[in-house]
Amino acid sequence: MTDPNTPSAGPETLFGLEEMELNFGPQHPATHGVLRLKVRVDGERIVDTYPIVGYLHRGTEKLFELHPFFQNVPHTDRMDYVAAATNNLAYVGAVERLTGIVVPPRARYIRTLLSELQRLSSHLLWLATHAIDIGAMTPFFYTFREREIILDLFEEYCGARLTLNCMRPGGQPYDLTVGWTERCAEFIDDFPSKIDDYEGLLTENRIWKKRTVGVGMLPPEVAMAYGVTGPMLRGSGVQWDLRKAIPYEAYDEVDFDVPVFYNCDTYDRYLVRMEEMRQSTRIVAQCLEKLPEGPIMAKRPRVLKGPKESEVYFGIEGPKGEIGFYIVGDGSPNPYRCRVRPPSFLNLQVLPEMVKGQLVADLVAVIGTTDIVLGEIDR
Amino acid sequence: MSDTENLTPEEKAAAEEKAAAEAKAKAEREAAEAAKPAWEKDPAVPEWQEAEADPLVEALRASFGEAIRSARTFAGDLVLVVDRASIREVSKSVKEDHGYHLLVDICGAHYPEREAPGFEVIYIAYNFDANRRVRLKVEVEEGVEVPSVIPVWAGANWTEREIYDMYGVRFTDHPDMTRILLWEGFNGHPLRKEFPIEGIDTGAAIYPEYYDEKDGPAANAGTGWLLPKEEEPEESETPEGETT
Amino acid sequence: MPRFLEAIEDVVGATIFYFAVSPLLKIAAALVVVLTTIAYLTLAERKILGFIQARVGPNRVGPWGLFQPIADVAKLLVKEDIVPQRAIKWAFVLGPCLVVGPALVILAVIPFGPPSDVTGGMGWHIADVNVALLFVLAMATIGVYGLILGGWGSNNKFSLLGGLRSAAQMISYEVPQGLSLVVPLLMAGTMSLNGIVQAQHDQHVWYVFNYWGLGLAAFFVYFVAGVAESNRNPFDLPEAESELVAGFHTEYSGMRFALFFLGEYANMIVISAVAVTLFLGGWLPPFANQSWAGFLSLSFLPAGLAGFFWFFLKLIAFLFVYIWFRGTFPRYRFDQLMALGWKWLLPMALATIMLTGLVKVL
Repeated sequence: MTDPNTPSAGPETLFGLEEMELNFGPQHPATHGVLRLKVRVDGERIVDTYPIVGYLHRGTEKLFELHPFFQNVPHTDRMDYVAAATNNLAYVGAVERLTGIVVPPRARYIRTLLSELQRLSSHLLWLATHAIDIGAMTPFFYTFREREIILDLFEEYCGARLTLNCMRPGGQPYDLTVGWTERCAEFIDDFPSKIDDYEGLLTENRIWKKRTVGVGMLPPEVAMAYGVTGPMLRGSGVQWDLRKAIPYEAYDEVDFDVPVFYNCDTYDRYLVRMEEMRQSTRIVAQCLEKLPEGPIMAKRPRVLKGPKESEVYFGIEGPKGEIGFYIVGDGSPNPYRCRVRPPSFLNLQVLPEMVKGQLVADLVAVIGTTDIVLGEIDR
Repeated sequence: MSDTENLTPEEKAAAEEKAAAEAKAKAEREAAEAAKPAWEKDPAVPEWQEAEADPLVEALRASFGEAIRSARTFAGDLVLVVDRASIREVSKSVKEDHGYHLLVDICGAHYPEREAPGFEVIYIAYNFDANRRVRLKVEVEEGVEVPSVIPVWAGANWTEREIYDMYGVRFTDHPDMTRILLWEGFNGHPLRKEFPIEGIDTGAAIYPEYYDEKDGPAANAGTGWLLPKEEEPEESETPEGETT
Repeated sequence: MPRFLEAIEDVVGATIFYFAVSPLLKIAAALVVVLTTIAYLTLAERKILGFIQARVGPNRVGPWGLFQPIADVAKLLVKEDIVPQRAIKWAFVLGPCLVVGPALVILAVIPFGPPSDVTGGMGWHIADVNVALLFVLAMATIGVYGLILGGWGSNNKFSLLGGLRSAAQMISYEVPQGLSLVVPLLMAGTMSLNGIVQAQHDQHVWYVFNYWGLGLAAFFVYFVAGVAESNRNPFDLPEAESELVAGFHTEYSGMRFALFFLGEYANMIVISAVAVTLFLGGWLPPFANQSWAGFLSLSFLPAGLAGFFWFFLKLIAFLFVYIWFRGTFPRYRFDQLMALGWKWLLPMALATIMLTGLVKVL
């Protein structure tokens, strides 16, 4: 990654033309928000890419320091706004570890349920946008149909569809509403057939394979060095999932597999996410079956204070990768420092490596497969 | 209980019995309290513990000695405080000799009220085989540069830029030490404790002729968005909403 | 001939009537039919896509959204027409005209129906050119200049890339498309489109089924190349919205944008119409030589109308396939598109021509 302001160092091309600098975004249909890329192209071949982020910066980490622990949950909703539940979970998990609160089992199961449903909804949104980036229009509408049902379930549970604010340090604010589990089970029973539908449209589609196989190669060493996590890492042949490696909430009590594919390309990352949706379906079904009775909120002080000179890092497997919180307490009701480990931020960083030497059309496919949310990158 | 000695033996026995019952009830209550599930007890606040016996710490001590200033754990997380000058070597060893291949995060923190006021840079790395995270910390004063760890973990690039952006801590040998979330020419580092939460007067980067240098960002530090004044005089008006 | 036409002929005299009045009337009629078809093709596209994608499609304007095209046209007409300050104005203005003009001109040689009493013994075409096939190819080639000029004249990098893509794509695909048209030409032995339909009638076969699959192969090449020529999915790279924002028409608005739009749909109709004429028997009814299928010739209608009906039905089938493609396929990448054109379609077209020639000689 070199500075785009320096003049092109490469030799002039065959016809004595200079490379063209293409300003990709921040208003561009394929940049999923306000990502801006300075792309140097030689014809349609990409010589260099320089991502420019920060258009959505809202100072969330500063806001965390201003508000008490309980009031910070809504800020986390607004980072990765298509996966609010997992953001909530990472934050409240970090606060609970900082203060030593233990969460009752029913709350742990409800959290697992919510975060798996959130993973489904996030992956559905990813599939929709990824497909439409590559030019397949129809999966967009199919996935939004199912995502709507998940959002309805969220709405029934906590009243919100996107910015859920559905967890508190110490447990869950509300119990599941009457009939929620039945509606959820009904959806989960039906959902695998819907995944078959999506796969029927794309998985063996020749054009889809042509556009994704061998595109955006990401070798595992590069992925690890760049801190790439989540489905991106599993598509590069590293079978690592925080839900298995360092289990939290109820993940050690349910049975699921961690999909891994070894070709390091966009197609394999697609396969990983499709398989993850199936596994999430399994987890939700098991959680519904095992859901214990009992309290949903632990005993906790009325004003939660971070212990003096305490610090903790807690990361969970979000839909896009490891989302973690590093929280420093200083004995006051506010966190002294609250750092978010944003998965999209670190995953996006590797983009210039993945698209070097490929075509502009591949750039779009690779942005899609990176599954970024600018609210989280810019915070 | 003022006139115990005047009691009859029967009364005495009754009192003893009552006391015994009370003690038993108390013991039962305590037992019940202990038997309560963890979520009904008061939270057990974690504490710092020395971690000199940890194999990773021992190995690093052997190679780096006093460059590892302290090694403690909190809530199960291993935290090493490392000398600023040797952070690159320590992280290289942590990665290559001890298998911490995945760079989880690098972040900063500001401690103006410490005895030696300054910043902390925190490196979090993960080992796949040992399934374990380690946190390395570097303490750095205002205006001092930290060696960049990009040669060790390529992913440090953006996170180090973000620390520079948010705290003003610079990294030596960084190929692109520019702001990342804020724009070039922003006058301040917002995650410092003294930075006002309501923000500062920004936006001056684009319109230097309207702002004093100390109010807004330095002139001409921007990316050259604004055309020269002579060419497009009508565009140099400050639009509403751009000033803050 | 209808009585009012005879009356006009009496007034103006036969010469003026056959050289001026009659062609103008036919042009007017063809334009009305084609522009209406285009308008309702947009509605049909949205409705069919809606059906494919589990949604409703437009249904607010009029019953079942039937007035939606009218509303769209009204909207496009009253929109502000923006010409970017640094655009190359003549190219910017000329681009859309060059796209839509040739596409409509090609319609002049398409025979929509057989000669009949309704049209006074003339065919349902504006001009029966004896080298109509060459005319079609020549006019189709002009369309690409419109895209290049529009893309270049916008002075926008995305438009430029879109224009370049369209130039490369359309020129590459014109080669197999033109070659595949040689096959029905060889089969019929004439270049007149009317003549080719007549030859299919005389030989009792639609050319798509002729010569043991050779006709089918040529038809396949023609249709794939035709989809690419009209910049439709899965070959819509020049205007790939996720890559190039809107490609060559990024900077266009209002009626100029509508002209590009019109050109694209007119192209679809033209390519389908040529395919119907050359390969699917034009205005001939299916199974014309089978006695059991005699009712298909629709003898209760005037002869011309029945032919027009069949022509239009085949045309609609083609247009449906176009829309179906759009609902199903992802988009090709540029290099893959070129590889498909040069490495697969071109050799296939050449082989088909050679084999057809062989069969014809033998």
